Amino acid sequence: MAIEVRIPTILRTYTGGQKAVEGSGSTIDELFKDLEARHPGIRERLVDETGELRRFVNVYLNDEDVRFLGGIATELGDGDSVTILPAVAGGAG
Amino acid sequence: MLAPMLTITRALHDQIVAHARADHPDEACGVVAGPAGSGRPERFIPMLNAARSPTFYEFDSTDLLKLYREMDDRDEEPVVIYHSHTATEAYPSRTDISYANEPGAHYVLVSTADTDDAGPFQFRSFRIVDGQVTEEDVQVVQAY
Repeated sequence: MAIEVRIPTILRTYTGGQKAVEGSGSTIDELFKDLEARHPGIRERLVDETGELRRFVNVYLNDEDVRFLGGIATELGDGDSVTILPAVAGGAG
Repeated sequence: MLAPMLTITRALHDQIVAHARADHPDEACGVVAGPAGSGRPERFIPMLNAARSPTFYEFDSTDLLKLYREMDDRDEEPVVIYHSHTATEAYPSRTDISYANEPGAHYVLVSTADTDDAGPFQFRSFRIVDGQVTEEDVQVVQAY
């Protein structure tokens, strides 16, 4: 099952500079484990110790934030496109 | 390589300050996009602060995807990422540093802490790379 994954600038150090890579998996969780096998280190930037998506990383299935779908368990189909974008956030705190 | 300073037009500078002022006491945020690799801020894109908070900002996630797709289609990048601090100085906070994920961008901070006296507004620019903050000069010009 081929999924196109769009990689943000900050994570392209893991993909040899590539803006988009291919992965496979029937869920976001499986896809990220597959990405880790191909691009070691990347999964830790996306997923926290409990296995959930990091709060300040946005993951989209096609046009939809997966938080509004099934989160890390969101199901994927052949030909889907996944986009990763770090949140743009901050503030006086 | 980007020049070790931010060069920005008077018009864009004033738009950023006006946005910060309009959203006070909440933090305002946005981007000035420019042609990829040029380092030249050109297209002012005010963003909604989804947090609507005086101490925090976050681009709405749907707007964020739209913004990055649009920049990609136009071969642009976020040359400037700006936000305001509404009660403190225009210097990156620990929060700002930990969520700074665009090492190529100029992070502009505007302080509206003295907005009751209508200025002067602090307008400062920084590079934030791997948690390291470097302030840079701001050169305001009439045109590029």
